[in-house]
Order: sequence, then structure tokens, then C-alpha cells
Amino acid sequence: ATPDPLITQVQDWASGLGDGVDATPYGLPIQYESDVVRRNVEWLTADTISSINFTPIHALDGTITPQGCAFERHHSGAIELRKEDYRLMINGLVDTPLVFTYADLERFPRENRIYFCECAANSGMEWAGAQLNGAQFTHGMIHNMEYSGVSLRTLLEEAGVKPEGKWVYVEGADASSNGRSIPLEKAMDDVLVAFKANGEALRKEHGYPVRLVVPGWEGNMWVKWLRRVEVMDQPVESREETSKYTDTLANGVSRKWTWEMDAKSVVTSPSPQAAITHGPGPLVITGLAWSGRGAIAGVDVSLDGGKNWQEARLAAPGTDKALTRFYLDINWDGSEMLLQSRARDTSGYVQPTKAQLREVRGLNSIYHNNAIQTWWVKANGEAENVEVS
Amino acid sequence: MSRFLEVLTIPTESRRNIVAAAVLSMAVASPVAAEKFGLGRPALPEEIAAWDLDVAPDGTGLPAGSGDVFTGEEVFAEKCAVCHGDFAEGVGNWPKLAGGQGTLDHDDPLKTVGSYWPYLSTTWDYVNRSMPFGDAQSLTPDEVYAIVAYILYSNDLVDDEFVLSDATFAEIQLPNADGFILDDRLEAEKHFWTDSPCMENCKGSVEITMRARVLDVTPQEATADEPPAETGDDVLLASAETEAEPEATPEQPEVVALDPELVAKGEKTFKKCKACHQVGEGAKSKTGPVLNGIVGAQAGAAEGFRYSKAMVAAGDAGLVWNEEELAAFLAKPKAYMKGTKMAFAGLKKDADIEAIIAYLQSHS
Repeated sequence: ATPDPLITQVQDWASGLGDGVDATPYGLPIQYESDVVRRNVEWLTADTISSINFTPIHALDGTITPQGCAFERHHSGAIELRKEDYRLMINGLVDTPLVFTYADLERFPRENRIYFCECAANSGMEWAGAQLNGAQFTHGMIHNMEYSGVSLRTLLEEAGVKPEGKWVYVEGADASSNGRSIPLEKAMDDVLVAFKANGEALRKEHGYPVRLVVPGWEGNMWVKWLRRVEVMDQPVESREETSKYTDTLANGVSRKWTWEMDAKSVVTSPSPQAAITHGPGPLVITGLAWSGRGAIAGVDVSLDGGKNWQEARLAAPGTDKALTRFYLDINWDGSEMLLQSRARDTSGYVQPTKAQLREVRGLNSIYHNNAIQTWWVKANGEAENVEVS
Repeated sequence: MSRFLEVLTIPTESRRNIVAAAVLSMAVASPVAAEKFGLGRPALPEEIAAWDLDVAPDGTGLPAGSGDVFTGEEVFAEKCAVCHGDFAEGVGNWPKLAGGQGTLDHDDPLKTVGSYWPYLSTTWDYVNRSMPFGDAQSLTPDEVYAIVAYILYSNDLVDDEFVLSDATFAEIQLPNADGFILDDRLEAEKHFWTDSPCMENCKGSVEITMRARVLDVTPQEATADEPPAETGDDVLLASAETEAEPEATPEQPEVVALDPELVAKGEKTFKKCKACHQVGEGAKSKTGPVLNGIVGAQAGAAEGFRYSKAMVAAGDAGLVWNEEELAAFLAKPKAYMKGTKMAFAGLKKDADIEAIIAYLQSHS
């Protein structure tokens, strides 16, 4: 065998010097990772301001999504709102309507919790058939961060909720305002008013300086640039809870208030954007699983399109409404695979097939497609998004 | 505190979920609920009035006012039609607001205010708070009433004599008001909860029934070296927006010294234009033409954009967008050029016009 010159020859980096500590006061990923970025599907929306892009989940590992590549969804663009200009109002059916500044929020007892945020439309383009070639595009409307903030309950108690209060209406400071109605019971349970994600301030595109975190429930309710919480005795029935984010069944009737994200999983590698490049032998199959109804209890992986399943290894026990990483370490013989993953959660829910979902919901739902995904991995290691019988 | 023991009027299935969620999250260490912290200050009535604009289905929250269909048609043409079309039929990928009645049980139902939206309050509230796109909260209550009246008219739900007001609001029932059910997944999909999912020999032969490659609507990287595959006949969700990408205008050496403050102000004002126009690196023609290099350019010349006949003719006749011509156009587009596609009403303030031109010059 020929000796590897990378080993036998002295390389530049082993003799010269690298960057000093002041080169990047706030760093970006190294240039060699420049393909690990959010991507947009241009034909989905009329413009990029009221639009969505996708997390490069095919290229990430672990469970925490870096803010810089976590998917964005804006209805009127990502605004720039200084902390000093930030105000949060609590009004409606409360004893004392209150206004908080950002500095006020920092003085309430703080909590740290990790949750996934998934757009209700994630995988929506796949309802009618296999359409987009890549886990980023089929399942990338999701991210998972550690949030630091104040429990919404704490702020509501500060204002004093009146007995006739049954709902809260939450809205943002941007032009769309994106208001949603949330039952008071949920608002008093685990909803957070967050100002940090993964240890740092929220990025502009994630609602700097303050966003709402509504664990397990569809991303649209996680109002960014949160400016107002109104306690009400009825829901507002705003645009984003009637004309959008409602699920039309085959008979033309639509489900509303489908807040929870059903248990779901996807193999992130190998996948269409992450081909096997090493040939037969040891292969790491990995992916993500999550549930809006609790924690992931287990994930099964099939190599043959759902005929036979084996239990994958969870990198860590599933936690409440957060991403779980799974691995299946196999010795790949180089033959074709029809790769699937199937999530199970602590409520006993098992991720359904597309056929099972379509049987109940038809093809016109747009939202809440949590069906099992199939990647056709070919002998050359490339993968394609397919549907199987 | 006893108020938390109130019986809530939310659906039983959701309550069950919430209870389950609460049990699961008990392991999380939460701060002990304490007495009040004394933080924040009382919200003033004027402040609440400024932000508390939402309107409930029964009309609670509506301000006094009224607007008729004819006025609505005019306001709509000026402020809404650029994206939603003169008849609320929608332009390109922008939302269609009219039509679609009777399509909800078809493949690809057309969901509009007339065919899908359950409550008129939603339309009023959204127009009032979030429209026009890029110039939200600029409409008077009477204009909102008029626009909503026109949207109803466009959906054949009222006649052309109709006047919508806070008094007549409750008369309107939208056709799909009863077309919604509460989330019934726990019942309708209870078979997805199963103790023992199949692990072996779960089905017979497995065949590939559909491939993404056949559709090929996945965005390609600019550097991808594989040739674009054929587009299938049956592009399911891909809309037919196939406008050609204009060539990027090469950077011209900067000659005029621009006032950076004015440029910054222009960038802010340009937000009014962003719904239709792009400028800067990577800008493309969208609903309106790309504006890179527009100052000093011949009218109607952005490659790949389908201008109005009037704009093309003006360009052919030698119209060049110097500062004077641009200022006149931006003040009142439709008066300046009869037949222009640009539905924007115009910039009222000279200072805004000056700033926008400076901003556009910074991209010329």
C-alpha cells in the first residue's frame, strides 16, 4: 500500500499558524461546512417574506438545533425589535392589566427546558405523493432548542386571571401579528415566555427578543416577537386558526384546534441529500423522533419497506416534547434498502403509514402529515424519496 | 388559588391530553408558585386601546364605521388588487379571496373567504391588523368595512347595494360556518394507539408505487452538475410560476456620493414596496420587476418581466428612469402612467420619495 502523504508529509497546518483568538468574536461554521444551511422551496410561496425555509436535518446530529440553521417561518418577515423597545402587555379578563419591559421579564424566576418546534405543515407537500428529495425538504420544518425564559403562568398570575377567563389570545409585534387562541389550561401548564435559546439570545428570525414556546403544539402558536397576551372567555378565531392550520378531510369537513403534533420520525442519514459514500460494511443509520403528546418510548427501523422491523437504539431516553436521536448500526451488504422509521410515544401512539393516514384524512389536509417516510437506498448508496405499497 | 379549579369549556379530548402532558412534565423542576412579584406596571387604557384590536366572531371589538361595495371596489383596486387581483381572484401564488364554493370535498379544494372561512370577523380583523402586506394598520375602519364588503360581493354573498357596518355585521353568515369539527384524532384515529405494533412479516411483497424523481420539484443547488430532469405532467403542489430569472445587473462603479442616512431611510420606506419588488444581491423579478440598476435605466427593461403595454411603449419611446421621472411616477403611479400594472397608490411624502430614490441609487 502507498503511504498516505497526509500522514507522511508535514502539512501546512502542522507547521504554520492558525487564526488568533480575535479572528471571529462570534464564529460561524468552518468554510467546509457551508452546505449545511437552511434552504427554501421557492415554488411553495409567493415571496420569501411570508414564507418558510427548512432545517438541514440531514447534516446534523445529536438533538439540539443550532439557531443559525433552524428553520424560519415568517408571515410578514423577520423584524428587528430592540430589547429597549420591547413591551409585553397582559390584558383582558385580569385583575390588573400589566405592561412588562424586557428588563422586567428578566427578574421573574426563570426556567430552562428543551422542546421541539414543528410547523404544522411539515411534510405537507408529501400528502399527495413522494415529492421532495431530501429529509431537509420533507421533514425540515422542525427544530429543537433549549429555551430559557419565564413560565407564562407566572406572568398571568402576576396580572391575576379572573374566573371567567377560559382562553388566552397571544399575538406578535410584527405586521402579521399571527395571533392564536390557546386554552387557559395549556397556558397555565407548560407554556414559556422565552428570551434565550441554546444559551444565547434568540436570533432575529426566531423572534428576538421574546417568543412564546408552546410545547408539543404546532409551531404557528409559538408566537414570535410576543407583544400581547389577552385573557378571554372565548377564542378569537383568527386567520391562523380558521382559514389556515385547519385540516380538511375528504368529505370537505375540516378539523380545527388540531394543536398537538402527532408522534413522528424520519431517517436523516442515509437519505437523498446524505448518500452512503463508503460502500458495504459498517453503516450508521440515524434519525430523529418526537411527539407532541409526551416522550418518545421507542423507534423501530425497517430496511425492507415496512415488512420487518427492528428496534433502534435511542441515544438517550426520550424526554417530554423534545427530539430524540436514534441509531441503528448495521453491517450493510450493499443491497438496496427501503428505509423506514416508526416512532412510538409514551401515550402508546404508533406512527402510522401514509396509507393509514390517508384512509382517515384523505389527501387535502396540508397539515399534520406524520406518516412513515420511505427512502429507497440504492446499491450505489444514493437514496430517493419514494412511496411503497 | 381556586380560580384554577374552574371547569374549562375546552374539548374533553384536549383536556385529557393536557392532563397527560402535565403528568409527564412533573419531573421538570419548576419554581414554586409564589405571591406576586410586583413587577411591571398597570397598562393604561390608551395603551390597551392601541393594541387590543382583535374582533371576536360575534363582532365584539368592532369599531363604529361602515363601507359599501362600490367604495370597497375602489379601495381594493388601489390597495389589494396587486396581490389579490381586481376581482379577489388572486395573482400568481398570492391568496385567492373569492370563488371555490363547493370545492372543499374535491381534490385540491379552493379555500377562500367565501368557500372556507367560517367567520366574517376573521376577515375584518386580518384586513384591519395585517393588511395591506407591507403597509399594515394603515387603513381606516371605514376602508376596512368597505374592503370586506367588496370581498363578500366578490364571493356573491351580498348584492352591490350592500353596506357593511358594525350594525349590519351580525347579519352575515359565511357559507362554511358549520364546516368545522373539533379535533377528533383521539377518537377517529384511536387505532394508531396500539400496544404491539407488528415487527415481522407485516406485509407481503413491497413495491415502489411513487418516486420523487418523477415529479422533480426539489430545489437544485446552483452548483449541482446533474442536468434538470423532465418535469412531470402532474406537478402536484408546484405552482406554475415559471418566470425567467433576470440576469443580475453587474455592479457599476459608484459615482454619485449618496447620503447614507437618506439611503437608510429609503431602505425603511422600501418595505412598502417589498411585497412586489426585490432589490440588492440575488434580487429577482416577482410580482413586480427587479429594481437593481433602475435609476438611470430605460423603462420596462428588466429582463424576463412582463410589463404592461404602457410601460413597454414608454420605454420604447425613450423614457429613462432619472430622478425626476421616478419621483413623478412614485407620487402617483396610475396618474403618471395610465395602464401600469403597478397597483401601488403612491407615496404621499416627498421626503419618502427622495429617500427611496437614494436607496435605489445605492443599488444602481
